[in-house]
Amino acid sequence: MSQKKYWQSFGEVNDSENFQKKQQDEFREELPFEGFDDKGLIDAKAPRRDFLKYLGFSTAAATLAASCKVPVRKVIPYANKPENLMPGVAKYYATTYVQDGDVVPVVAKVRDGRPIKIEGNELCSFTGGGTSARTQASVLDLYDSHRLRFPIHKTGSGKEAKYEEVPTFEQFDKLVGEAIKNAGGTTVLLTSTIVSPSTKEIIAAFPGLKHVQADAVSYSGMLLANEACGFGRKLPSYDFGAAKVIVSLGADFLGTWLSPVENAKGYATGRKIDEKNPSMSKHYQFESYLSLTGASADERFTHRPSEEGAVALELLNALTGEASTRPGIKKVAEDLKANNGAALVVSGSNDKNVQVIVNAINNAIGAYGKTIDWSKPVNYRQGIDSDFAQLLSDMEAGTVGSLLVYGANPAYTSTDAARFTAALGKVKVKVSFSERMDETTELCDFILPNHHYLESWGDAEPKAGAVSFLQPTIYPLFKTRPYQTSLLYWAGNNTDYDVYFKNYWVAKLGGEDAFNKVLQDGIKEDAAVAASAGSYSAAAVAEAVAAIGAAKKSTGTEVVLYQKTSIGTGTGATNPWLQELPDAISKATWDNYALIGLGMAKTLLGLDLVNGSEKESNNYEYFPQKPVIKLTVGKNEVELPVLVIPGMDANTIAVAVGYGRSINLGRTAAGVGKNVYPFSSYNGSTVIYHADVTAADAKKKEKIAQTQIHNSYEERIEVVRETTLATLKKYPTVIPDYRTHLESTFGKSKDGTTTDFRKEGTLYPQHDQPGIKWGMNIDMNACYGCGACVVACHAENNVPVVGKSEVLRYHDMHWLRIDRYFVSDEKDPNQLKGVVFQPMLCQHCDNAPCENVCPVAATNHSSEGINQMTYNRCIGTRYCANNCPFKVRRFNWADYTGADSFPNNQDQELVGKLDPVVFQMNDDLTRMVLNPDVTVRSRGVIEKCSFCFQRLQAAKLEAKKQDRPLKDGDAKTACQSACAANAIVFGNVHDSSSAIAKTRKENANRGFYVLEQLHVLPNVSYLAKVRNTDELIEPDTHNAAVAAEEKAGSTEKKAEEAHH
Amino acid sequence: MILCKPTGQRLTVLFLSLFAISIVNISAQDVAAGKALFNGKCAACHNVFKKLTGPALAGLEQRGKWADHKEILAWVNNPAAYMAKDPYTQGLKADFGSMMTGFADVTQKDVDDIVAYINDEDAKKKSGGDTVKTAEAAPDTSNQNALIFGIISLILGIVALILMQVNSSLKKMSDDAEGIVRPEPVPFYRNKTYIAMASIVFFVFGGYMVAKGAIGLGRQKDYQPEQPIFYSHKVHAGINQVNCLYCHGNAWESKQAAIPSVNVCMNCHKAITTYEKGPKLYKDNGDEVNGTAEIAKLYQYAGFDPNTPSKWDPSKAKPIEWVKIHNLPDHVYFNHSQHIRAGNVQCQTCHGEITAMDEVKQMAELSMGWCINCHRQTNVNFNYDSTKGNKFYSIYEKFHNDIKSGKMDSVKVKDIGGLECQKCHY
Repeated sequence: MSQKKYWQSFGEVNDSENFQKKQQDEFREELPFEGFDDKGLIDAKAPRRDFLKYLGFSTAAATLAASCKVPVRKVIPYANKPENLMPGVAKYYATTYVQDGDVVPVVAKVRDGRPIKIEGNELCSFTGGGTSARTQASVLDLYDSHRLRFPIHKTGSGKEAKYEEVPTFEQFDKLVGEAIKNAGGTTVLLTSTIVSPSTKEIIAAFPGLKHVQADAVSYSGMLLANEACGFGRKLPSYDFGAAKVIVSLGADFLGTWLSPVENAKGYATGRKIDEKNPSMSKHYQFESYLSLTGASADERFTHRPSEEGAVALELLNALTGEASTRPGIKKVAEDLKANNGAALVVSGSNDKNVQVIVNAINNAIGAYGKTIDWSKPVNYRQGIDSDFAQLLSDMEAGTVGSLLVYGANPAYTSTDAARFTAALGKVKVKVSFSERMDETTELCDFILPNHHYLESWGDAEPKAGAVSFLQPTIYPLFKTRPYQTSLLYWAGNNTDYDVYFKNYWVAKLGGEDAFNKVLQDGIKEDAAVAASAGSYSAAAVAEAVAAIGAAKKSTGTEVVLYQKTSIGTGTGATNPWLQELPDAISKATWDNYALIGLGMAKTLLGLDLVNGSEKESNNYEYFPQKPVIKLTVGKNEVELPVLVIPGMDANTIAVAVGYGRSINLGRTAAGVGKNVYPFSSYNGSTVIYHADVTAADAKKKEKIAQTQIHNSYEERIEVVRETTLATLKKYPTVIPDYRTHLESTFGKSKDGTTTDFRKEGTLYPQHDQPGIKWGMNIDMNACYGCGACVVACHAENNVPVVGKSEVLRYHDMHWLRIDRYFVSDEKDPNQLKGVVFQPMLCQHCDNAPCENVCPVAATNHSSEGINQMTYNRCIGTRYCANNCPFKVRRFNWADYTGADSFPNNQDQELVGKLDPVVFQMNDDLTRMVLNPDVTVRSRGVIEKCSFCFQRLQAAKLEAKKQDRPLKDGDAKTACQSACAANAIVFGNVHDSSSAIAKTRKENANRGFYVLEQLHVLPNVSYLAKVRNTDELIEPDTHNAAVAAEEKAGSTEKKAEEAHH
Repeated sequence: MILCKPTGQRLTVLFLSLFAISIVNISAQDVAAGKALFNGKCAACHNVFKKLTGPALAGLEQRGKWADHKEILAWVNNPAAYMAKDPYTQGLKADFGSMMTGFADVTQKDVDDIVAYINDEDAKKKSGGDTVKTAEAAPDTSNQNALIFGIISLILGIVALILMQVNSSLKKMSDDAEGIVRPEPVPFYRNKTYIAMASIVFFVFGGYMVAKGAIGLGRQKDYQPEQPIFYSHKVHAGINQVNCLYCHGNAWESKQAAIPSVNVCMNCHKAITTYEKGPKLYKDNGDEVNGTAEIAKLYQYAGFDPNTPSKWDPSKAKPIEWVKIHNLPDHVYFNHSQHIRAGNVQCQTCHGEITAMDEVKQMAELSMGWCINCHRQTNVNFNYDSTKGNKFYSIYEKFHNDIKSGKMDSVKVKDIGGLECQKCHY
């Protein structure tokens, strides 16, 4: 077998590029297949014999294609191996996720020169190593094939426009420099919020440059209100962990408001329960639609979006004892008063007057200096809407000669994009530093794409006294340049930004060693100082009260705009992982839609989901086709499909922004959803994100790809356990009672002596775990459904993206999903009591039903308690998925990853049409994000959560290399390390000192396993969700469910026994 | 498999015996430690008997001040400082063109061990014996046996066939004699019983061969491609005893062993510009290989001109496109560092007698059965008591108890989950 130079044709010998291309086609021309028609197999034009011929041929061809060709593989080492680089060993670099003012200190995992995974930076005191879904997904943006790849000069306009590459940066600098000089007028830099101190210095040093910051979703109202209240134009740090009572007036502080990771970390500390002395913070939410944050609230009250001022005002008045007819106000006010100094009120309104009232409330309840800290003002949002309005008029007046745009995208996000576009036409020189061809960049003449943050040097100051640093983790993939370098050059300072940045910090920190230290740590925080109360002034309150009182009362239907945790203001729209991440509440992917309440569904669409016929509601729930409504605000019309959810205000329609992007942004963003930014309006001071709307049935249907309806638990409600704090206090064992009951009933041995449910509940032998036994615990009280874990799982485990069409066919591939359960009055689903989020992943059952049914033993149990899935052994019967009570197994219906040996498996005509995004995920650039330690699955195999087995193996190997036992915390799963709320604990349950063993022991009264009556013995335990309300659920009610279950359980049991 | 198994056993015996020796003999332990240190730190530039980048080290105690090991330590720890006041080492620099690299972390014990190793090697050479070679394998007889059995079966089969024919003819004759009229016997090739039997045999045998062939598709045992440079492992790892990890150091840390980069080759080949003293090298087809010309090929890649070594710019080097020999499918996770560090497996166990190969040939089948077999038989570096073995295994309480009570005498890889699918497929 030696001397391998194989060839089959002369084309192969010469190996020309054309030939290689042709080689990729299995068949050189169209095959003479004729489709079968309705006539049946025998009468068809290609009858049975031909069919057999084709079958024989294809089997033979497949055998040949798959096996006989053993290619000669080359292995190419470095010419000069960098000293600190070890192929196959991951390196970790501290850097910072920065996106339009959002700052999350992170650590990038770099494997063989490619960043492949983002982890939170645990050295950061305020995020504590937490991340968000968008942070986790940001690594995929780096490899986005739709990034701009070189400096561009646009000539012509409209359809005639030509985008030409400018060969060198020098030429580009010359072109732009001359253009700016010739343009005259003022030069304006329009950006989203800039958090980098060194960049701010560069901008300040640019002669004659006017800097305008405009945020896609503005926080001007808060900034201006704080200024009016004497704090200055700043935003304070909020400490949700210190608050015993949290009142949110429409602020989605866990999902999108200011710094959700930081907020969630604090919030989760207050929501964790010490069982010896059960207590937790109380969270009230006033809002118009069911937000992610509202879903976690203990008590929710809904109101019209236009009433946000009235609600705040009534709450303020109620604090001084004034009566209010609005539900909840009195109770909340009393609770706030009772917890003076340990309460916090936040508002998501962008109306200055509302925020002034909220400040007055916070002052009244002693929040300043306690839960609100003015010693560390945050820099996350700095844009002032009136500045942008002024810029717009200046542009229209023609006084702006040159406009440099970075981060901001007003041609998409502004209230009146057409006006901005027209005004931009009057600007002579338009320069964009955008990484992508977004809506504003399309209109610019000069485009110099910025680096991705993982390619950049830089700094970010999220709050006073804390600086997080960026360092490159990969050489720039494309001919891009930091926008700061351009600003430096064009201001006549011929320094590159990386040099400038280094000099800036070496001087500040007093030496290179100190600089290297902060780069290594990624974050530099000043010593903690006592919280400051600031200097509150009530001067503006009277004016605000008057303004709110005078506001027009709305009576019709209203629309409110919100952001999704995944897409945000629209920056996540180009990211396939984020598009495929199901929304926490609606569980919908790849779309925006109109969220409406049950009442509106009835009045608007005649859809009665409560009292209507079963067929009616089934039709709505079962089929992805949802009725479409037409929303009209002023001149702007948008047609959107509806999703009916409980907990909505009766007169409110909620729609997410960030969709309906330009086709130039690429295959992922294009054609997904509709843009609703035009529904926002500028009230002369700030942008308002709600409006009166005319809604009408559009008499048609559109498909929405939801995920949660895909599987059913066959009415086994015991999968999720939830109670109230009052119940838990009165009946501490209400949750474990069920297990006690099962143990005493089914755990008896034949002679009745032992009560070992684990052993006696099954006919199967026990698995031995001589060494480690892995286990996971998920605290459903801490989980708030953000989805960071789902995206982290995507990134860590090469989970494929399938696109909308496949999600619609129930082919979604998430290994980890977050199930959302509404808790409501039985008779009135609209009376929402709460929402429970349950992260659901493979439970790694010790008595796994999937393992018994596999005909080829491709799934079996390991000696460490893991339910293993062996892809190369799987033949795709899907018996295991059918037999899984939790429906966590996923089948590769198509070749989503391009991993198959047969290129035909991605042939759209043979195997069905897949969305373009699947092919985007398959191109060589995007595939650089794949984790090389995890197999990329091919078509026709089952896959599922592996407890991040590659990480466990790596941790064990490291311990072996260091000749020591495994330590708790050595092995962390991707979902665990992504979670900002620390809801997930993982480790070796055999180690009694491990966090997992302790968590299970200390939370015995809340701990449960899903569907315990099935005796599948999961290795994932949950802590029951507890709502902090006074409602007392009598154990009888709990037991009613138990009794029903038991009945079902015992019949099943009998059936099972009969089977054996 | 049949071929490689004895090799594996032989090597296991060899390593176990070395291991045993190292435990029993304290002075040998010094030698062993010295060997490890020598290979790890010195072998890049020194050989015991040959001049390389640095002098041959045999008999070093008779040279300079080296009889005093403290002096050696001072020199090794900080060559520059030592040389300033020592004419002998100044002379060495003049002879070899460069000063020795310093090893600040080397201790007095290390130096003693290394010298012990050098002296031991020297003594072995003088006595003419090489203990390593004593572990010769028993001749491989299994193949011959199979052949003999096959031939015997075939002969017996033919004899049986003849006897049956004879039997049938005799019966016919006796029937004729007794006057019983029987139809003419059909010849055996038209006899349905024979045909049926032959088809069954053919089907079973053919099926077996097809299945076996299909399972073996894509496997490349004995694959020995032609490489861009005739790089002889025999010359490097065998004759010159360069430690495997000197070039494949990645294997110590990473899942991949990695092919060394050009700059690693050039560490030595800046000085070694010709191939002169070694044995003649031959390709598979018998053509003689000019070693010096092959080194010149390396210089092509490195952009190095041996006549003007000072002008060399390593950044101009180009990588060498080697042909990959050992390929595992994508769905297999294999980690070199796991095996050589945690598992204490020698490179040769899987790669064969690399030190005897010119161009590398794939020794093992690299099939799953081959992997599994080793996992079944290999002992884990288990800490049977608290002093020896990897402390990672201290958590295996059950096994410790079983060993104490005599239920178990050793822990194999399979006992700690080494046969589970997900150990290698995830």
